[in-house]
Amino acid sequence: MAGWAIAVHGGAGVDPNLPTERQEEAKQLLTRCLNLGIDALRSSISAIDVVELVVRELETDPLFNSGRGSALTENGTVEMEASIMDGSGRRCGAVSGLTTVKNPISLARLVMDKSPHSYLAFSGAEKFAKQMGVETVENDYFITQDNVEMLKLAKEADSIVFDYRIPKVGYESCGTGVQSPIHMNGLPISIYAPETVGCVVVDSEGRCAAATSTGGLLNKRMGRIGDSPLIGAGTYAGELCGVSCTGEGEAIIRGTLAREVGAVMEYKGLGLQDAVDFVIKERLDDGKAGLIAVSNTGEVAYGFNCVGMFRGCATENGFMEVGIWE
Amino acid sequence: MGWAIALHGGAGDIPADLPPERRQPREAALHRILQIGVSALNAKSSPLDVVELVVRELENCPHFNAGKGSVLTSNGTVEMEACIMDGNSKRCGAVSGVSTVVNPISLARQVMEKTPHIYLAFDGAEAFAREQGLETIDKSYFITTENIERLKQAKEANRVQQDYTQPIKPKDEKETPVPDGDSKLGTVGCVAVDSLGNLAAATSTGGLVNKMAGRIGDTPIIGAGTYANKFCAISATGRGEAIIRETVARDVAAVMEYKGLGLKEAADYIVHQVSPKGTTGLVAVSSKGEVAMPFNTTGMFRASATEDGFMEIAIWPSET
Repeated sequence: MAGWAIAVHGGAGVDPNLPTERQEEAKQLLTRCLNLGIDALRSSISAIDVVELVVRELETDPLFNSGRGSALTENGTVEMEASIMDGSGRRCGAVSGLTTVKNPISLARLVMDKSPHSYLAFSGAEKFAKQMGVETVENDYFITQDNVEMLKLAKEADSIVFDYRIPKVGYESCGTGVQSPIHMNGLPISIYAPETVGCVVVDSEGRCAAATSTGGLLNKRMGRIGDSPLIGAGTYAGELCGVSCTGEGEAIIRGTLAREVGAVMEYKGLGLQDAVDFVIKERLDDGKAGLIAVSNTGEVAYGFNCVGMFRGCATENGFMEVGIWE
Repeated sequence: MGWAIALHGGAGDIPADLPPERRQPREAALHRILQIGVSALNAKSSPLDVVELVVRELENCPHFNAGKGSVLTSNGTVEMEACIMDGNSKRCGAVSGVSTVVNPISLARQVMEKTPHIYLAFDGAEAFAREQGLETIDKSYFITTENIERLKQAKEANRVQQDYTQPIKPKDEKETPVPDGDSKLGTVGCVAVDSLGNLAAATSTGGLVNKMAGRIGDTPIIGAGTYANKFCAISATGRGEAIIRETVARDVAAVMEYKGLGLKEAADYIVHQVSPKGTTGLVAVSSKGEVAMPFNTTGMFRASATEDGFMEIAIWPSET
């Protein structure tokens, strides 16, 4: 039997001008979370438990766009969503529209384990959270100053044509080869990068699991649901693999990206890396996204078609890598 | 090749002794609504327009679990969801938690066409409906006495299942039989293809009887209850939790694309070999004008027609 493997991500689509300190902060968080997962795997904790505990850590840290530190809705509030899937048996749980639950991924897990359903949202989900006695806080717990600033910029960007922060000097002497500012989800990447978080794991029993969590799109309309809580789009785990996606939510949904990796392995017989490469290349059309994946034979892989993805991966035989760029 | 259309009014444990007063209105509705779809296709309406039109009719009909006639949540309220997808562009729209919009499928279409998003839910979806000027109505409009009765029976029979401390394993999901055998009906849907091979799918539902408020099923989840690409269009019905897990709609298309199976083979494979028995039914059409309507439940209210004159309206498995 092959050994365990784990991957984490903090979002695909990164500002190429991201200040070095932010890059370092991100890599440290990814490393810390990876190590948390590795310790758990070494203690024979099951894949489904590992993905939950790693994503809880990512939610609790304010750095990426999940739990505390979530991107803000158009009203300046936080509305979170998450999903989790256990590859053995393919049970799943998902939540959307959470405003007080400290760790959305854990509520998603409870939906899977303790309710007759797979997906609960908005006030129904909050009510379930109360019944389950999970930790809840005021909505402003999740709001960080960084994100308040970002919302302001996003609202301004909606009404200006270009990103005024890009230096004008040099534009006159450049030819037509100058690229316009990178946009994702309709916003300049300097203002909003998806930074959804996720974790995929295969444990030493060969069981795969996946978990994804997010605050969603910056400046989103209230009630907008993205790919993260949708099984088959943002999250999927089956016999053969566990997958978590991030990027332009609508493109991921349309491409049923997470399920696609599994489908291509199952129906085309591709190995994990080939499946990941195929899906990123062929299933995104002009959408920008990335994903992390593990296979039941202990492999780990990732792919993205945008500039950068915050990620980390490790396998039992000692391989470990944390990165942002290609 | 000519056009093809298939529609359903829900798969479930439809008892063979369904009384005539429950059976005939539904059969008549399937017949009438199929004709509406057929006329639209003959008039060269696009498949996207046709599936929306047909599902609106199914929503307006109180005998099916969508729009008026939706089943009730455990609070006795109606929470509707719907989804529409265009095969060529793979553009899609979905809504959940809708309680005052007369035609949720049309709201889903507006999400697809008037926002950069795919999925809006609950208060956000209701607010968007008002912005778009869609027809809204008092919540009581959707509630029928049949469904009040169903909820009552479900609460009485399922008292045991309200105990959530036991983890729910897949094999436990087969519900205990309820006196009113058709209380497990879910969902309406329509798929269509025109003579050029353009495909579209649409699904709409009130969800599960006695569902927890806020519960979302397979219908609005692209790839689970609804899917269309350039190979085929699918609308599924049955036990939402199972359809989500099996990514039913996407898998039918994936098996066609990756294993080169024809529509009927692919649909049969997913419904009969992969999905747990008693959970799933679907209607499907392919870019080649084929139609498939497999189900692994006792029955599925369904109807289909092709341009060359073939027509079928049925509830239980047809004798072949």
